[in-house]
Amino acid sequence: MLEYIRSYLSSDQTPGAAGNMFWAAVYILLVFLGLSVAVIAMNWLERKILAHMQVRLGPMRVGPHGLLQPIADALKLLLKEDIMPAEADGFVFWMAPLLVVLAAFTVFVVVPFGPTHAITDMNIGVLFMLGVSSLSVLGVVMAGWASNSHYPLIGALRSSAQMVSYEVAMGLAVVSAVMMTSLNAEGTGTLSMIGIVQAQQAQGVWFIFKFFPLGLIAFFIFAVAMVAETNRAPFDLPEAESELTAGFHTEYSGFRWSLFFLAEYSAMIAVSSIAVTLWLGGWLRPFPNFLTGPTWDLVFSLFPGITFLLLAAMCFYSTVRMPKHPLFRVQTIGLAGFGAALALIGLVLFVPAVRVRVEDIYWFSMKVAGFMYLYIWYRGTFPRYRFDQLMKVGWKILLPIGLGVLILTATVGLWPVIQQTIWHP
Amino acid sequence: MTDPKTLSPLDLDTPEKPFLDANELVINMGPQHPATHGVLRVILRLDGERVLGLECVIGYLHRGVEKIAENRTYTMFNPYVDRMDYVAAVSNGLGYCEAVEKLLSVEAPPRAQYIRVILTELNRMASHQLWLGTHALDIGAITPLFYTFRDREEILKIFEKYCGARLTTHAFRIGGLQYEAYDGFEKDVKNFVSFVTPKIDEYEELLTTNRIWLERTKGVGVISGKDCIALGVTGPVLRASGVKWDLRKAQPYANYKNFDFEIPTGKNGDTYDRYLVRMVEMRQSLRIIQQAVDGIPEGPIMAKVPKVVKPPVGEIYHSIEAPKGELGYFIVSDGSTQPYRLRVRPPSFVNLQALDVMCRGAMVADVVAVIGTLDIVLGEVDR
Repeated sequence: MLEYIRSYLSSDQTPGAAGNMFWAAVYILLVFLGLSVAVIAMNWLERKILAHMQVRLGPMRVGPHGLLQPIADALKLLLKEDIMPAEADGFVFWMAPLLVVLAAFTVFVVVPFGPTHAITDMNIGVLFMLGVSSLSVLGVVMAGWASNSHYPLIGALRSSAQMVSYEVAMGLAVVSAVMMTSLNAEGTGTLSMIGIVQAQQAQGVWFIFKFFPLGLIAFFIFAVAMVAETNRAPFDLPEAESELTAGFHTEYSGFRWSLFFLAEYSAMIAVSSIAVTLWLGGWLRPFPNFLTGPTWDLVFSLFPGITFLLLAAMCFYSTVRMPKHPLFRVQTIGLAGFGAALALIGLVLFVPAVRVRVEDIYWFSMKVAGFMYLYIWYRGTFPRYRFDQLMKVGWKILLPIGLGVLILTATVGLWPVIQQTIWHP
Repeated sequence: MTDPKTLSPLDLDTPEKPFLDANELVINMGPQHPATHGVLRVILRLDGERVLGLECVIGYLHRGVEKIAENRTYTMFNPYVDRMDYVAAVSNGLGYCEAVEKLLSVEAPPRAQYIRVILTELNRMASHQLWLGTHALDIGAITPLFYTFRDREEILKIFEKYCGARLTTHAFRIGGLQYEAYDGFEKDVKNFVSFVTPKIDEYEELLTTNRIWLERTKGVGVISGKDCIALGVTGPVLRASGVKWDLRKAQPYANYKNFDFEIPTGKNGDTYDRYLVRMVEMRQSLRIIQQAVDGIPEGPIMAKVPKVVKPPVGEIYHSIEAPKGELGYFIVSDGSTQPYRLRVRPPSFVNLQALDVMCRGAMVADVVAVIGTLDIVLGEVDR
């Protein structure tokens, strides 16, 4: 048994690919935990960042700077009465949030946080991700239909139309990125998520900069489509508060509602991961070509520790600025403790053995975090599209551009071959 | 199925549809709904997302203000008018006080007139800011709401310093003012003007050229000037349809004829034009405030009005340009201390009639935008 566990450690494959069930289980647990923490952190960050964009403070009462607010909210949701409308279709109503959450979490099976840091590596990774993540639309339609109420029904209709139509543009953008992976000596591309990042490493360029501006346009299409796919502002019509109160989850409350919430945020992380993997070099560190050599490698590997130390410094700074009233003593101590914990993590991350293993995950998470910030930023600045305009953007703008980029990418990619066969046969 | 566009705009009684038309979905919006600005209930008949027709159900906030007036003396009724359009309480007070003054044939002294204009225009500004914030929120832009509320707060602070109240101010009395302007009033107002001018640019930066905002507002809720007049629609909605009608210029009251300002008009009568008209109106209000503060005269603030207000037998209709449109008071006096009948012509109530015409053939999301752009306050609609 111990031998079985140990045998994986020297492997340079993902646990799934190596067929080691124990480590696969450990990875699944870690991903699940990490994702839950990320959703909680994202909840707090969204409220704080949005609040600061809107000249207000956001949560300040539960814990220092509202740090415990998401936990308090989660507790509240768990304790709330679980209401099911009398006229609802019970089984479907019960299934819908489960399906949405399952789809959102299953996607992470193939997300590569590093060359070996993924649960498994599938040769159809991208296809799997797109397929599974689009399953969540089923849950949304089920939720809207089973609620047996007008507003959720309209929300579900909008949502299904929106997700289906943006998936087309999204797919075209993905294909053009996948096509770029085939530009090697063998001329064979790959759909494996790890393979795509390795192709970017081998070609020495992130696909966003490849065939400038083709890669950039494809990335842009994906970036727009992924916001629509996750039903976030400015494409948040299915849950447009001012029109449909809460859209498809109007009739949901308590734990079931929190499942939708969890699914929405993990879906945001999931599609951002696809974007990062396909265009932004996945786990690769920035400037791998210009800033080379062991010194730069060392500098970049120090980043995770430095980030945590900076966060700790922010905590300590806020601790000093806390009101000096006895009522704030617990909060002040708590914040200092949180800072100390962050600093400790930062210090551990400087240990060479940890440093090397964590660096990939760090860069991947940072790139995803950038997308998360964009999501919040969009929400703070954009009004909401109307349904017909949304469809227009999807079908009349993104889809033709996506097709054009696909054809152009193929042409540019095959240019040497075309030259050889047509002009110099 | 009838195409909603082919219905003539004022053909308000459309033939009833067969009871079980599978294409038609009747949904009930409100009275508890985030975007109906209070307790408006709208019954929407939809074909998918398209609106075939709608019906407003009002009266959830009815307090019988007009009936109350018959049982109160003229002075006692004064605070009640603040509770109609509670976001523009000062304008309501101005209309009522001037109507009673006209009935008594007295006129407020110049200093009182100037202070009245300053406070009324500040209130117009506050009302438009609240409209902008909520309208943008309805269309999905959540941030302008906080910006406008931040700046509206400064106006409310001036009100609070002046009369102690922030929202239902009861700032004016029949015949003038009860309170002299507090020390530093002029300075506060001037500071406010210089503070808020760049802030209006800030609101416009977020919206005016925003592609999504343009798409959501241009060509939405179009109403022609002719239809506006036919329906009695007034205020920014009328002006955005190209009719240059503002009571401050057309029938000057208070002392608006002393001030130099412009009346913005739109061309297309759509939601975007109404947005632009109100944005310009905010700047024009600031212009009036600036002039009034610079020219504020010394002197008494109260005309000679008997302790017991007892107007002669007669009737009067007096209307002013409230932020939302023409606000009129029709008072019948039987010579006693209480009005025999008092009728209010609230702009929101009349403007709300246009909702059906403006929403025919639009999408559900447009209904929300149009309710927002009509700038209704349910306290005033139901009275």
